[in-house]
Amino acid sequence: MSELLSLFFETHLPVLPVLLPMFTAVALLLMGDDGGEANHGGPLLQRRRLLSFVSVVLGAVLAWRLMGEAALGALNVYPVGGWPAPFGIVLVVDRLSAMMLALTWTIAVPVLWYAAGGWDSRGRHFHTMFHFLLMGLSGAFVTGDLFNLFVFFEVLLIASYVLLVHGQGRERFKAGVHYVVLNLVASALFLVGLAIIYGVAGTLNMADLALRVARLDPEQAALFKAGAMVLLVVFGLKAAIVPLYLWLPNTYAAASAPVAAMFAIMTKVGVYSIIRVHGVILGEGAGHAALAAEPWLLPVALLTIGLGVLGALAARSLARLVSYLTVASVGTILAGIGLYTPAALSAALYYMMHSVLAAAALFLLVELVATQRGEAGDRLQPAAPVAQPVLLGIMTLLGAASVAGLPPLPGFLGKLMILESSAMTPAHAWVWSVVLVTSVMTLVGLARAGSILFWNVLPESRHSIGAGSSVRLTRATLGLLGLSLALAVGASPLKRYTDAAALQLADRAAYAQAVLGKVGGRAADTTRPYRGGEGEVILPKPKGTP
Amino acid sequence: MSLEFLVATGIGAVTAAGIYLILRGRTWPVVLGMTLLGYAVNVFIFAMGRLWQDAAPILSATGRVADPLPQALVLTAIVIGFATTGFVVELALRSRHETDSDHVDGHEPGHRTGYGRDDAA
Repeated sequence: MSELLSLFFETHLPVLPVLLPMFTAVALLLMGDDGGEANHGGPLLQRRRLLSFVSVVLGAVLAWRLMGEAALGALNVYPVGGWPAPFGIVLVVDRLSAMMLALTWTIAVPVLWYAAGGWDSRGRHFHTMFHFLLMGLSGAFVTGDLFNLFVFFEVLLIASYVLLVHGQGRERFKAGVHYVVLNLVASALFLVGLAIIYGVAGTLNMADLALRVARLDPEQAALFKAGAMVLLVVFGLKAAIVPLYLWLPNTYAAASAPVAAMFAIMTKVGVYSIIRVHGVILGEGAGHAALAAEPWLLPVALLTIGLGVLGALAARSLARLVSYLTVASVGTILAGIGLYTPAALSAALYYMMHSVLAAAALFLLVELVATQRGEAGDRLQPAAPVAQPVLLGIMTLLGAASVAGLPPLPGFLGKLMILESSAMTPAHAWVWSVVLVTSVMTLVGLARAGSILFWNVLPESRHSIGAGSSVRLTRATLGLLGLSLALAVGASPLKRYTDAAALQLADRAAYAQAVLGKVGGRAADTTRPYRGGEGEVILPKPKGTP
Repeated sequence: MSLEFLVATGIGAVTAAGIYLILRGRTWPVVLGMTLLGYAVNVFIFAMGRLWQDAAPILSATGRVADPLPQALVLTAIVIGFATTGFVVELALRSRHETDSDHVDGHEPGHRTGYGRDDAA
């Protein structure tokens, strides 16, 4: 019996991070949620919290297990429904996917723990939506099919729409309308890009696409590139890069703290998709369509860092400051991707881990600080002192120093790796000057915010008005912050892992071999691009033919 | 005039109308615009399987069949589009209720702009 169970577990492991949150969410839906404050602390709420938390911990264990397996170099290919690729949808867990999964589930545990401290009772179905969000995120990271990626994008987006307005209020609905409309337009563009790519290549399987794109003639390659650039716009909107980042500060600042913390991973879904499409499918070996995004990625990334940091300097509330820093961090990651070398990609992946954990911790911290300052909230203006100045001050200092990139914190290591990897490339002067100058500016912005929040106390209110934060909220935030700092301790094995991940992404042949069964995917050639029963194509015939 | 030309211009016209409506300031035209854009995109996906005449939609032993995959894709896109349209209608109604304005910015043009949190600072 146990052998059967372990066999089942081994076979279906790649799909479990998608199924687990799905079934949990459905179970939570069935348990019902009458919502409202009256519900606070009731037995039903306690049961929902327990189920939700147990499921998230289980998911984290699964994700870490997958990462452990991926670290050995195996590509875990799971054909959904037993249909072989490229005919059916496949899930592929390689090092990058496993890393993103582990990252998602790792931040989900403390964030959910934090949310169970009260936020989950300020509206209905928080836990349900949280698990649907996790399902969408996990699905987007494990799928090996571009259309399936679109579907999981929609799953995570629709969960995020509801989570964004969780807790209700004017600000959230204002930001919510913009966020939803922008993302729906982006979804339409996503479909256009996918349709163009399908029309040219005749497949949407990532491994198959990587093989096919190399064989396109220049005319088809141009069309393929057009489709891929449409996708870049879509992913750029999700990742919040210039000029598509304007929605992010309003949205993230309006969201409730645990939601904003969970959204820290959402911009990285865009980054992940850019790596998959532009870093891998349109990478070095893509024939005429190779490196389609190269002239764009690096300049856009550097601009994003610059504008993000300027926004952070100008921000008038702590939440917006952290939101702008999230924009800047996406720029830094993208700069590593835009350099198009495995070393730079590896550095960008390491920085991404740090950026997600640090941003999530900072978003939770914003709320801890804001609730202790009474009326002033997170606005950067003199107000009553916080109740726990030492604790919050040190947490802010650590988070801020890491984001700004001070040694020996992981943010410093990540930036250093990116700078080092750019040393041999032609753009190296640009990367160095932008990253270094913006780091100083980030430090200035955070120092300004910190000194206002903790030292610039109104003379009439020497004593704090707010109470200290509950132990649970503080511990959850400390947990995230600790995880972020632990990246510096584990830098060496993690860097080895990301190095291997970058090399694995560059190896298109091995990926195709694992997914399609044979190099070149010959089996698929007889049916695609699809030409109809008798090999006849109905297209406008050239003039003069009978 | 070929069928391709007709379909392409049709998609173009509907897309243009959709984009025009999305750029309007009130939530209802925006919702309509997104619906139109969704229609255009769905037909576009469909057309990417090429336009077929006298071809069966499902594989049969004899005779030609149209590319079945875009049909499956477009079905998924329609379902998702339907769900999101339903959601955005509800969101627009709630936003109207919360902000007393059906403007997408949550306030009437000319009134105080921006996001409350920053204004007070």
